[in-house]
Amino acid sequence: MLKDITLGQYFPGNSVAHRLDPRTKLLMVVAYIVALFSAVWVVSYGLMILVLAGCIAVSRVPVKSLVRGLKPVLIILVFTGVINLFWTPGESLWHWWVFNLTREGIQRAIFMVLRITMLIMGTFLMTYTTSPIRLTDGLESLLGPLKKLHLPIHELSMMMSIALRFIPTLIEETDKIMSAQKARGADFESGSVLQRARAMIPLLVPLFISAFRRADELAVAMECRCYHGGKGRTKLHVLRYQGIDYAALFLSLVVVAAVFALRRFGL
Amino acid sequence: MNDMIQTKSLTFHYPVEEGEPAPDVLRGVDLTIEQGSFVVILGHNGSGKSTLAKHMNAALVPTGGQVLVDGYDTAEEENTLEVRRRVGMVFQNPDNQIVANVVEEDVAFGPENLGVPTEEIARRVRQSLQAVGMEDFALHAPHLLSGGQKQRVAIAGVIAMEPMCIVLDESTAMLDPSGRREVLETVQRLNREKGITVILITHHMSEAAYAHRVIVMDSGRVAMDGPPAEILTQVDRLRQLGLTAPPTVLLLSALQKDGWDVSLDALTVEDCADQICRALGA
Ligand SMILES: Nc1ncnc2c1ncn2[C@@H]1O[C@H](COP(=O)(O)OP(=O)(O)OP(=O)(O)O)[C@@H](O)[C@H]1O
Ligand SMILES: [Mg+2]
Repeated sequence: MLKDITLGQYFPGNSVAHRLDPRTKLLMVVAYIVALFSAVWVVSYGLMILVLAGCIAVSRVPVKSLVRGLKPVLIILVFTGVINLFWTPGESLWHWWVFNLTREGIQRAIFMVLRITMLIMGTFLMTYTTSPIRLTDGLESLLGPLKKLHLPIHELSMMMSIALRFIPTLIEETDKIMSAQKARGADFESGSVLQRARAMIPLLVPLFISAFRRADELAVAMECRCYHGGKGRTKLHVLRYQGIDYAALFLSLVVVAAVFALRRFGL
Repeated sequence: MNDMIQTKSLTFHYPVEEGEPAPDVLRGVDLTIEQGSFVVILGHNGSGKSTLAKHMNAALVPTGGQVLVDGYDTAEEENTLEVRRRVGMVFQNPDNQIVANVVEEDVAFGPENLGVPTEEIARRVRQSLQAVGMEDFALHAPHLLSGGQKQRVAIAGVIAMEPMCIVLDESTAMLDPSGRREVLETVQRLNREKGITVILITHHMSEAAYAHRVIVMDSGRVAMDGPPAEILTQVDRLRQLGLTAPPTVLLLSALQKDGWDVSLDALTVEDCADQICRALGA
């Protein structure tokens, strides 16, 4: 169950998508989201699907793992779909109790579910093809101008990359503690919601304690390796826009413009 | 040879609540560790080994006495960076000292903090990974490596800072025999080939056999100090200090008690076998 959490996972590779500058990919995701939310009808959705399919093909990330990333949000997807399906005002096709299926509802449900699915797949595609350190480097660089306002951008990005670094470790640890508790007769799978929540307490307490201990040790280890904040730090990988970055950014702009144009014509 | 680390009547107690007694964890440690030496520190649990180690790179500063690292007084705050640049630390749990999600980026962390130029970082990362035999894993995710491999990455992260001295605090404790051998061989090679001073804290007597010098700590003091052949053969003294001599020494000591003509200073299995063969042949 815990293995399904794919957030922040990274599949090393050497495709074009992997080689793009993280800032480019962040900007592309923003453009992609803007375009996705501006799409109004089949043509523009079709265009977005093509764009996503193209990106997946270029990145050589297995579609299976992208689909797996959807699992945790399955409930949200179903919920959105059902609400839109039965509670959208319009031409009624079928009616029973409080459920009112409308033509508009079907349309909206399809579009909404598609939109969320594609949103998640698109963002996951970015995290799958970008090492978290590069991702946070990219964020730090994009948000760099905010440092002038004395916002702790370096610290935030460092925190984020460490959090991402420790996700797999903590998941592993949770699994271990769970097995340990199960071996002593703990039951996480049956009983009412309340009982199950109660069963989680002996899981969370050791997890938190160990996380704090880890944080403490990590802080010492970082200091021992001369970490003293962002000042005077250099980088192994300096971010530099290349030809493909400009090309990719240009293509993203074209897609956004195209979706805007289609929206004009209600397509 | 120059002095890499020098402690002068070093005492230390951890900070406590006001009014409570503050027991000294280190009680007058006088040590001079020469550059290029390979020193093993032994001692039972709670004897102050880790506390001493943390003084060697200014992670802790003395409450009494002085610690000099390559001449820098660790108590002066402006020396902290210079001290840490010279003395790298490797800890017990590799999971809690790896900062990045990709091996090469983790190795680069130290040099990045030191403000080393980019091309130079890339060179150091390559060389350090080669030095620990992990060059094929540069782009791997650390959490998918074995314990011994993780610990070697942690060592690479330290040597990328090009320190003069590496302190390993029970860095082999969580490893299986083959992982332990990997790590030991790595630090021995670094010591031999690059002349890096190595200070190895361990509970494994057999690891002490490879050292130039063995120091035994007991309740915050240096209890024994000398070459391994001299220290490890004092079976009874070691037992008093809560330690067990290496199995080879124990075997020879038992034989000696039974009247066999063997000497105790066989620290490796081969030497031990030689001794026994000679005794049988005689
Ligand atoms: N952070 C701390 N705060 C207070 N006391 C501490 C702290 N760390 C260690 N001590 C105490 O200092 C003493 C020496 O501890 P230290 O960790 O140096 O021993 P050690 O020789 O490394 O033992 P081990 O073999 O178990 O690692 C112990 O009595 C311990 O209780
Ligand atoms: Mg210790």
